[in-house]
Amino acid sequence: MNARLLFDEPGPRARRRIRVATAVSVLVLLALIGLALRQFADHGQLAASRWRPYATWPMWRYLLDGLRATVYAAAVSIALSAAAGIALAVGRLSPSRWIRWPSAAYVEVVRTVPALLLVYVVLFALPRYGLDLPLFWKLVVPLTVSNAAAFAEIFRAGIASVERGQGEAGLALGLTRGRTLRLIVLPQAVRRVLPSLISQSAGLLKDTSLGFVVSYAELLYSGKVLANYNHLLIQTYLVIAVIYLVINAALAKAARTLQARQGVRAARPARVPAATP
Amino acid sequence: MDVITRHLPEFGAGLLQTVELSLLALAGALVAGVVVAALRAAPVAVLRGAGMAYVEILQNIPLLVWLVLAVFGLPEIGVTAGLFTTAVVVIALYQGAYVAEAVRSGINAVPVGQGEAARALGLTFTQSLRLVILPQALRTVVQPLGNLAIMTIMNTALAAAVGLVELTAAANRVNLAEADPIWIFVTAGLCYMALSALTGLVSGVLERRLVILR
Repeated sequence: MNARLLFDEPGPRARRRIRVATAVSVLVLLALIGLALRQFADHGQLAASRWRPYATWPMWRYLLDGLRATVYAAAVSIALSAAAGIALAVGRLSPSRWIRWPSAAYVEVVRTVPALLLVYVVLFALPRYGLDLPLFWKLVVPLTVSNAAAFAEIFRAGIASVERGQGEAGLALGLTRGRTLRLIVLPQAVRRVLPSLISQSAGLLKDTSLGFVVSYAELLYSGKVLANYNHLLIQTYLVIAVIYLVINAALAKAARTLQARQGVRAARPARVPAATP
Repeated sequence: MDVITRHLPEFGAGLLQTVELSLLALAGALVAGVVVAALRAAPVAVLRGAGMAYVEILQNIPLLVWLVLAVFGLPEIGVTAGLFTTAVVVIALYQGAYVAEAVRSGINAVPVGQGEAARALGLTFTQSLRLVILPQALRTVVQPLGNLAIMTIMNTALAAAVGLVELTAAANRVNLAEADPIWIFVTAGLCYMALSALTGLVSGVLERRLVILR
């Protein structure tokens, strides 16, 4: 972020103004936090007895079990939807319109249907036609169906960003179209879109919270069960929100680091010719 | 097919609820997003930090968790609002984080000379932001904002999971009564597709009218 866009190096008066603004905004933030805490305290939600359970191991073992189920469902959905995404992206670039059009139609249709609607289809529509999936797949199938389209768009952008000459060189070497794609174009494409793939995966991890609807025991549904059992509703959901925050912030950080490193790598060859006099 | 015609009122009410929810949440998200993006460009470090914390916290926790926390959790600390109001506010704040990121990239796309010229004319931070930077920044991010509008429409479906009867929940209710899932869910899907297509159309027109080519 070019933080200097809207202000210069502050002079003495500006520094004083910034100090005043800092003090005022700190006070406002503290007041907001204080207000929230008072609201908690007034309704007895700050009592130590309502928070102490979250310092015990059995509670954390239960929540970590939920987290494991979340990660497992996310990992399976990511693997499946990435594979389907590659197939769809390649399909959209196929020379045959019988492959190109259905792939394009799939991506365009699925991108504009909410994941929850797909979950309801799997939950309530498919059993009527004799397809009653196990609980795990009731969550993973709709997530895969909806995220495959997003992954397809990312891969398509990656393939489009690889220079034409790369594919032409592969064909000139006598590789078939399939091998050119697999050995030359896709490896470069995937490397370029890795940050987007990671942030899409983080989005998918967030989507696994739909297990709440499916009643698959991932993190959020585990929280629901726990809150029904111990009646510590707001505490449980806050703890769960913090767990999600930590996991997803770590993933986002990884994506940013990768992006920065790729920026360096992309910039390096450009600097070489400039160095020669 | 006559399942749909028989339950047209339910579908209409659900669709109306989805449209209202989307429009209100989108309006709120635009306001929240612009404010947070402005905070992130401010000369005061605390405000920049607060803006960043807002985006990180809102984006990294699933919307469904926010909805559950707000709908079931807030009454526990004495904050009660109607289901619809709660859903609008939560979705608006959540999408606001995404709008803030989009607007921030728009602010970064404004040439540095524009900000310098505004300051040279003696405009203060808020004046240069309001009169010079934001109008240009917003015009460069019409397309991303259109995509966020579609994402907002998709996300309003999650309100069904906490009991708001919008389009998805209406379809589900009709299906529970009629047990004819194919037509019912396909109709709901078509409604969502029509809404997104309409949004795409509007943002396309706005894009052509407003975009600044650099």
